[in-house]
Amino acid sequence: MRKTFADFVAVDDVDLAIPSGSFFSILGPSGCGKTTLLRMIAGFLQPTSGDILIKGRSVLDVPPNKRAVNMVFQHLALFPMMNVAENVGYGLRRRGMPREDVAKKVEDALARVGLPGSGTKRISQISGGQKQRVAIARCLVLDPDVLLLDEPLGALDLKLREHMKVELKKLQHEFETTFIYITHDQSEALVMSDRVAVMNAGRFEQVGPAQELYYQPKTIFVAEFVGDSNKWRGRVAAIEQNRVTVTTAQSGRICGVAAGPCSIGDDVEVFVRPEAVALSRDGSTLQNMANQMDGEVVSVLFNGAASRLLVRARETGDEIDVALPQTGEFNDLQAGQSVSFGWSDAQTKCFVIG
Amino acid sequence: MNRRFGFYLLLAPLVVWLGALIIIPHIDLFLTSLSVKVRPRVYEIGLDNYSAFFGEPLYWNTFARTALMSVSATALTLIIGFPIAYYIAKLAQGRFRATLFVLCLLPFWVSELVRTFGWMILLRETGVVSSALQWLGLTSGPIEFLYNDAAIMVGLVYTSMLFMVVPLVTTLDSLDNSYIEAGYDLGGNSFAVLREIVIPHAKPGIVSGCIIVFMLSLGNYLTPILLGGKDSLWFTQQIYAQFITRFNWEQGSAFGFLLLILSSLIVWGGLKLTGQTLSKTVGQG
Repeated sequence: MRKTFADFVAVDDVDLAIPSGSFFSILGPSGCGKTTLLRMIAGFLQPTSGDILIKGRSVLDVPPNKRAVNMVFQHLALFPMMNVAENVGYGLRRRGMPREDVAKKVEDALARVGLPGSGTKRISQISGGQKQRVAIARCLVLDPDVLLLDEPLGALDLKLREHMKVELKKLQHEFETTFIYITHDQSEALVMSDRVAVMNAGRFEQVGPAQELYYQPKTIFVAEFVGDSNKWRGRVAAIEQNRVTVTTAQSGRICGVAAGPCSIGDDVEVFVRPEAVALSRDGSTLQNMANQMDGEVVSVLFNGAASRLLVRARETGDEIDVALPQTGEFNDLQAGQSVSFGWSDAQTKCFVIG
Repeated sequence: MNRRFGFYLLLAPLVVWLGALIIIPHIDLFLTSLSVKVRPRVYEIGLDNYSAFFGEPLYWNTFARTALMSVSATALTLIIGFPIAYYIAKLAQGRFRATLFVLCLLPFWVSELVRTFGWMILLRETGVVSSALQWLGLTSGPIEFLYNDAAIMVGLVYTSMLFMVVPLVTTLDSLDNSYIEAGYDLGGNSFAVLREIVIPHAKPGIVSGCIIVFMLSLGNYLTPILLGGKDSLWFTQQIYAQFITRFNWEQGSAFGFLLLILSSLIVWGGLKLTGQTLSKTVGQG
């Protein structure tokens, strides 16, 4: 499928199959074409070329109001002139369902999203999280083949967002509907999805389960975009099977694995996750690590379970992000103290530039 | 103390405006309408001027006709203006949108009198429309399009179109597109989206546009006279006749007051019917 606006290619040859009943996320920075893709699935935009099949049938000539696809909008778009029950019942009324049946199905849907008996409330009277659930109920009551969600958690505060992530996943499981969720927030995508597509500049960089994206990124973009990483630039100095040794600009040596074919002399980018780096006070526990360095703590960035250390390697002067282990062993570390650290070559991903 | 003074100073122009131009003339008008001439220069207080209105069928027939025509003109303006406003607010984009808005505004740079004469040039017996029809061979002789109710209606709708379009564009503009899309997405057709989402949202704009257009039509003098002719039977003409032709200021004042009561009643009824309040519609419109 492909979509162009004048001379701008918004979605470029995206080919994608989503298994029915799964939670699929499209993750990408803003402007990467994910909203365009979603709007094409919903039917608000026509693809310039290509086809969209739902349950094996092309829906290109089906207008949005006839497609068995419903959308939860970014700002939810709950109709302010109607109360909760009227909002949820809107689609059913459009189908010409008798009034009593509508009322019954609406009450049932509200109960399933955990809002029984709030049908008579005004939209302005309910909280952000409740609005979220009403918007989902409004779509799911129509029993769509696919539910599209356009960053619906963006407007919520952090705590509620964490809560809604779990809730959404639960709802998807309960209703067994295919969810297509687009977001620029990687934690939303990683936590909820069965599969995630990372999108950049109109193309899919990589499609796979969250773990795969995180542990085996296939491209530089995915390695950079998903999760945090320490990054070096360097040149391949030696290759042994898929183990490579890289000389960095600061003349340090890093051993890692190549994510694709490469040869000696190639310019590469090297990525290491902060939590892949092990700390040691005297270097004794780092014996079997392919990369070992001595350095000192530059600063402690305390953030509870997600605390980080910023350490500087003595030899090269590189500053490296290290996740602070929560075993209590390093809780007394302070800026200025000496520390050894290292990581295995298997946790070090090298990508050829270009 | 100082702040108080500033507040009153700012309020002063408004008080002078309301007092000098609206409240005092209306009090005077009301008092005049209650005075009955018994002999030259001798007046008594009484309701004779009002009973004259109800006693003479021509008066209250004209009165009812003016009200009915104004309501129709308002409805017609709404029906024509709504699609225009919807197009400007929702479908047109960028410069084109600004251009359309200016095109709506453009006729109002010319005085109402000149605009009405423009219509006369088009519609009169020797006018553009009549000549064109003859040239096309559709009629054998000239046709007079002026001096009937349809001509008055055309003039009234044309004159007040802007005052309907502007509040409508404002309210439709504030309707987020995602509501319309959600309306379609959940299975609604265009009619359902219009009825359930667009119109309920635009209600304050519709009502305030209707109030303005209705008031303008009811109080219009020029358009009915010029396009409808001398016998167009518009109530403002009766008022004019009492004041100027017959020099019966007492009767004219009573008519003026009746017109004020009529317009207030119809606006009040319209607000009640649509469940709106004046502060809500005027505030939003």
